[in-house]
Amino acid sequence: MYDFTLTRPTTIADAVSALQGEDAQPIAGGQTLLPTMKARLAQAETFVSLTGISEMRGISAADGVLTLGGGATHATVAREAAASYPALASLAGRIGDPAVRTRGTVGGSIANNDPSACYPAGALGSGATITATGPNGSREIAADDYFQGMFATALEEGEIITKVAFPIPEKAAYEKMLQPASRFPLVAVFVAKYADGVRVAITGASTDGVFRWSEAEAALSGDFSPAAIEGLTPPSNDMISDLHGTPEYRAHLCKVLTARAVRSAQ
Amino acid sequence: MPKDHGIGASSKRREDARFLTGKGRYTDDINVAGQAHVAFLRSDVAHGRINGIDTSAAEGMPGVLRVFTAKDFEGVGGLPCGWQITSIDGNPMQEPKHPILADGKVRHVGDPIAAVVAETAAQARDAAEAIVPDIETLPAVIDMKAALAEGAPKVHDDLTSNLCYDWGFVQENKEAVDKAVAEAAHVTTLELVNNRLVANPMEPRVAVGDYALHSDESTLYTTSQNPHVIRLLMGAFVLGIPEHKLRVVAPDVGGGFGTKIFHYAEEAFCTFAAKELQRPVKWTSTRSEAFMSDAHGRDHVTKIELALDADNNFTAIRCQTYANMGAYLSTFAPSVPTWLHGTLLAGNYKTPLIYTNVKAVFTNTVPVDAYRGAGRPEATFQLERVIDMAARELGVDPVALRRQNFITEFPYATPVAVEYDTGDYEGTMTKLLAMIDRDGFAERRRQSEANGKLRGLGINCYIEACGIAPSQLVGQLGARAGLYESATVRVNATGGLVVMTGSHSHGQGHETSFAQVVADMIGIDEGQVEIVHGDTANTPMGMGTYGSRSLAVGGSAMVRATEKIIAKAKKIASHLMEASADDIELKDGKFTVAGTDKELAWGDVTLAAYVPHNYPLDEIEPGLEETAFYDPNNFTYPAGAYACEVEVDPETGKVDILAMAAADDFGNVVNPMIVEGQVHGGLAQGIGQALLENCAYDADGQLLSASYMDYAMPRAHDMPMFQVDHSSQTPCTHNPLGVKGCGEAGAIGSPPSVVNAVIDALQSGGHDVRHIDMPLTPARVWSAMNAAK
Repeated sequence: MYDFTLTRPTTIADAVSALQGEDAQPIAGGQTLLPTMKARLAQAETFVSLTGISEMRGISAADGVLTLGGGATHATVAREAAASYPALASLAGRIGDPAVRTRGTVGGSIANNDPSACYPAGALGSGATITATGPNGSREIAADDYFQGMFATALEEGEIITKVAFPIPEKAAYEKMLQPASRFPLVAVFVAKYADGVRVAITGASTDGVFRWSEAEAALSGDFSPAAIEGLTPPSNDMISDLHGTPEYRAHLCKVLTARAVRSAQ
Repeated sequence: MPKDHGIGASSKRREDARFLTGKGRYTDDINVAGQAHVAFLRSDVAHGRINGIDTSAAEGMPGVLRVFTAKDFEGVGGLPCGWQITSIDGNPMQEPKHPILADGKVRHVGDPIAAVVAETAAQARDAAEAIVPDIETLPAVIDMKAALAEGAPKVHDDLTSNLCYDWGFVQENKEAVDKAVAEAAHVTTLELVNNRLVANPMEPRVAVGDYALHSDESTLYTTSQNPHVIRLLMGAFVLGIPEHKLRVVAPDVGGGFGTKIFHYAEEAFCTFAAKELQRPVKWTSTRSEAFMSDAHGRDHVTKIELALDADNNFTAIRCQTYANMGAYLSTFAPSVPTWLHGTLLAGNYKTPLIYTNVKAVFTNTVPVDAYRGAGRPEATFQLERVIDMAARELGVDPVALRRQNFITEFPYATPVAVEYDTGDYEGTMTKLLAMIDRDGFAERRRQSEANGKLRGLGINCYIEACGIAPSQLVGQLGARAGLYESATVRVNATGGLVVMTGSHSHGQGHETSFAQVVADMIGIDEGQVEIVHGDTANTPMGMGTYGSRSLAVGGSAMVRATEKIIAKAKKIASHLMEASADDIELKDGKFTVAGTDKELAWGDVTLAAYVPHNYPLDEIEPGLEETAFYDPNNFTYPAGAYACEVEVDPETGKVDILAMAAADDFGNVVNPMIVEGQVHGGLAQGIGQALLENCAYDADGQLLSASYMDYAMPRAHDMPMFQVDHSSQTPCTHNPLGVKGCGEAGAIGSPPSVVNAVIDALQSGGHDVRHIDMPLTPARVWSAMNAAK
């Protein structure tokens, strides 16, 4: 790890202001960033910790929407959202291991947009609204506009995720197949059924990062059952090829896990 | 009634209190006053010519004491290889130079190019990043068969090719084997890969070099399984330091699994630099460095043929193996695919004719050497897989086919140069089948099928050669060292004992089990016996711990030394009690005279040895301290039968292990709890190899599995509850304890049962899959199922 200065503001305003400094980077739970720093693959003059900001940690459910502060940890979401949005709580409760869940945050995961992370599937699958706060104030970004490819998002320099609002569906489930080494999703599918249709978001599979499988969404919106997607060809969105799976295998898993998620959501 | 102390008792491991509470003293805990720190610059290309190394920027950086490159090691030897193999044509193996820092070329990703010694570890690392090597990338050879092709790039320019050796065993049998295979009623052929593994001990390697100006003595603290071997190799062959001026200390070591046997460049570097700089010098490996500098394991590509007659008797085995040596010869690398592999191809079966050919190949990869089991897992895997495949082809029960061919009479001389002293293969198989309720399997399979899963049961046997010795034999086989073991037993005046052993414990629990043996022989409390190991300054010359040899060889040396102690103590007792030494008995820590009520306590006699007021000084010397060196006349041959039951998800290819059972014959058992723990650890590593672990390179020689993000280590979550039995005990006939060794069995015996089980499951689902190479990841299983559709 290279030398750096750590600041730990206690308000969003102070954090945004600290991030205006020369070569300043935000750090939330650090579950991706810290190992990267230790491997000397990431560095900054100043890291601005977001873990001391209590106004970013709240969780509330009202009017059919679950709102998570950007700094809410996976463990907190798993516990406190279990009643209001069980499928999302279950997603949070299955990320990494207890140590990761105690440190890692929803904002950190969505800001990083790792192509194999869990939260992007939950956010895209729920049609969540992401609130980004920066020097020019706050703005709301629809999940459909926010995720822009592997590690790419609509966030602008100096912005942090202060809030993520998840519309609560009628039914939902998250099914994942673990990559055996990292225990990130090899492929994972978030399925959510809303009054106006079904959303299917897939992570781990594509070189473009999280994506919606629109063909399955259309089929499931008409008939929310595993049989509805039986005849579909799995998506072919530039599937990842690596040590742990071929593109064909990942495409196959998209279909298997979507069916399982639909079954689990019944 | 289980025993509560001594041999046969499950005494609690006395070392665990310090290990579990963070009070162990590992090499990284050792900090010598004034120490400086090393960082190595390592190659990021697999093969390249070094045209220059610009160290000027690094030399000017804060805290830097000195930057070393190969030119600083002129006149210093390279790392030696401890075993020479002779090829079929009578020529010795090709043995390349192995410099401490890359000289002229880099030959694998991770090959050290330069080293910085600085005041702090961070300063050393900063400066290492500022070194600018000028390296011209050369085409790399990664695939072994490609490396042997005409015109392939050469890893070592001064060798004639990338072929290290071409070994035939038993060469005189080759024609007879060829004939038997040609004339067989049935031949089953299997081509397979035994996957390359990274040992990944929990504690990464560490070396601290120190030099004492006043005495001209060098000390190396290092994470080693055999400090005396390091002292001999590094002192005599690399740095030219006589053994009496070199001390090697291997304190608590956090797991070895073979990869800490070998002498590494970093150890020699720290010892050398400490003297050069007159400063203690410390290096602690990062986990990333461990992946690219610790010797890897396995990596064989094999074709095996099993010939059977019309009655399904095995008539011959023919085997062709390509064994990856990596870029250099690690300390014992040449012995692994040969004498630790070819000699085990008889397995538990009376196959009259066996021939194996092994081509050892240099590639631009990390050196490969012994890893838990070393050669024996490779032999067991191919044999037990091809037998299962033959049973399937012939439509016979795989257990019955094994039983029909079992060796049943001992001693048994195999056609591959070893003689099994004892064994009971039917006994362990019978126990195993009861443990796993084979009769109930059909019903369990039906239940799985009702849930949409495929269930399989895999069974196999194994045998291994342990207690790695005897010196005369291994010398004939090419070993450049002896393989005895030593012990010094020092009895103190008040009756306590210190046992200084040449064996080394890096998790095996010697401090407990060795003490049990000595305490039992004398009849005193185990707490009165202290086991000392790991420091060449206070232990006799020993060969260390690997090959499941500690108790069989090191324990035997300790027994011999203790026998000498008891014989002398009886003489002292006979003098004190005015009786004939022949009439003295030692039991429960008391000396008695047969036929009388005279008795003396152990402590009375030990005190007399050191306060010899009333003492037979004309017959024996004062004091009570004895040393013994033990060199056995054969290997030991633990054996057993293993079973694995799996469920495969046909939609995803995911394998779940539902049951894993091991019925072992380790001969006599000193501490059943420790034996059970050793088997558990071996099973975890065997299951890791079978389902998870895969060290992979791309075609350019980049290590794809260079961290835990891509190298899948087995976790508790991946393991079923193990069923372990070691009640089959046919004692070894040639060591005083009748023990055989248990450290590697689990890793040797388990991979074939896992793969046999998965194949069984897939076949039951109508998928005609004959074999899948390890690790059986979901992706590989799914691909195999689909290819066989």
